[in-house]
Amino acid sequence: MFAKTSLYAISLALGLTTLIPSEASAHRRWLLPSSTVLAGDSETITVDAAASNELFVFEHRPMPLDSLVITGPDGESVTPVIIGSGSYRSVFDLPLTAQGTYRLALVSDGMMGSYELNGERHRFRGDASEVPAGATDVRMSRNSSRTETFVTLGAPSDTALQPVNSGLEMVAVSHPNDIVAGEPATVRFLIDGQPASGLEVEFVQGGTRYRDNAGIQNLVTDAEGELVLEAANPGMYYLEASSSQDGADGEPDRRSSYTAVLEFLPL
Amino acid sequence: MRVRIAYAFAATSLVAVPAAAQELSLSVEIPRLRVAEYHNPYVAIWIENEAGRAVRTLDVWYDIDLRGDDPEKWLPDMRTWWRRAGRSMDLPADGISAPTKAPGTHRVAYRQGSRPLGNLPAGRYTLRVEAAREVGGREVVSIPFQWPPRSNASATARGDAELGAVRLNLSR
Repeated sequence: MFAKTSLYAISLALGLTTLIPSEASAHRRWLLPSSTVLAGDSETITVDAAASNELFVFEHRPMPLDSLVITGPDGESVTPVIIGSGSYRSVFDLPLTAQGTYRLALVSDGMMGSYELNGERHRFRGDASEVPAGATDVRMSRNSSRTETFVTLGAPSDTALQPVNSGLEMVAVSHPNDIVAGEPATVRFLIDGQPASGLEVEFVQGGTRYRDNAGIQNLVTDAEGELVLEAANPGMYYLEASSSQDGADGEPDRRSSYTAVLEFLPL
Repeated sequence: MRVRIAYAFAATSLVAVPAAAQELSLSVEIPRLRVAEYHNPYVAIWIENEAGRAVRTLDVWYDIDLRGDDPEKWLPDMRTWWRRAGRSMDLPADGISAPTKAPGTHRVAYRQGSRPLGNLPAGRYTLRVEAAREVGGREVVSIPFQWPPRSNASATARGDAELGAVRLNLSR
């Protein structure tokens, strides 16, 4: 009985850690911008980065900003002004000096795995070189995660939205800063550059703390990896998806997750 | 929003009038509001075609001389106009950008063949007037019309909060 329980506990722990690229990801991970649609020659937005259960509430832990990647309208990276991290959130400012659309992302990509040695299960981060001689039952996975949001100064543009073709990502069919409540918005998901068909996506409006029923929409992509987002009410929305493929012939498993915050404006 | 359309058949409609006289004019009422903090609203006036595409922006009233801040910062608060036209425009624009207006009724006129109306092709259109007020609300008033007008015509629509009566006059 004891042995059975501990085995179960181990596999559960393994399952969780291998599924989850970063430690915070048992919770919802998000980048919340102060505005998504801006005007003028230049502007500055401020962005909160946090992991939480309720949307968009600072209640669990800050998201680290060392993996922050910001792509400007010309496709080049843009440097944010990091304010810092508190108990529940990280904050950065982003000066917008070029007209067009910016893609803000927390990106992680890495190998991890586990093996058995002398009757004990060990976990590690890194590639196969971390596995000592004599290890058995080696399992490895490549884990990617991406947490995004989008902002536009002036007219929307597409350069920053080109797919990176790594991990799970959302490619805009409807521009992410040209979406309004009451109008369907189409998005496409790619896994390592290929259409992510049959992907389950969770779509929910912020303000869950004030609703008994969170109103989560569970959506599934079609053969092209596309689905339609419909927001009845204007507001900030959260979107989350993950995919997992077991590796064939000793190849590492492929695990990938994606989250985004999208603002549906009133029209 | 209520729209009332009335066609006024004036004696002049019997007389051949040169095309250059075709004019679209309107009066826009900005209501006086009793609020703790009042700022004149931003107002955009534009024309959409039957497909809902903005084909002309006629006027944008905003803080064009705002000191110490970007005058264009709050233009997206006129959400409908910003999405359909403003974000793709180069502002300030000659003959379009103008300072905000105080409560009262303001009259503006646009002539066929002259900027900003230019040569508006014949067709069915919608005039839209959108107002957005700092620390206040937003409202859009719409009036459908035919161009060029077969006769002198006028139509009135009324906002409920941020706009009072908007009256469109078409003269041929």
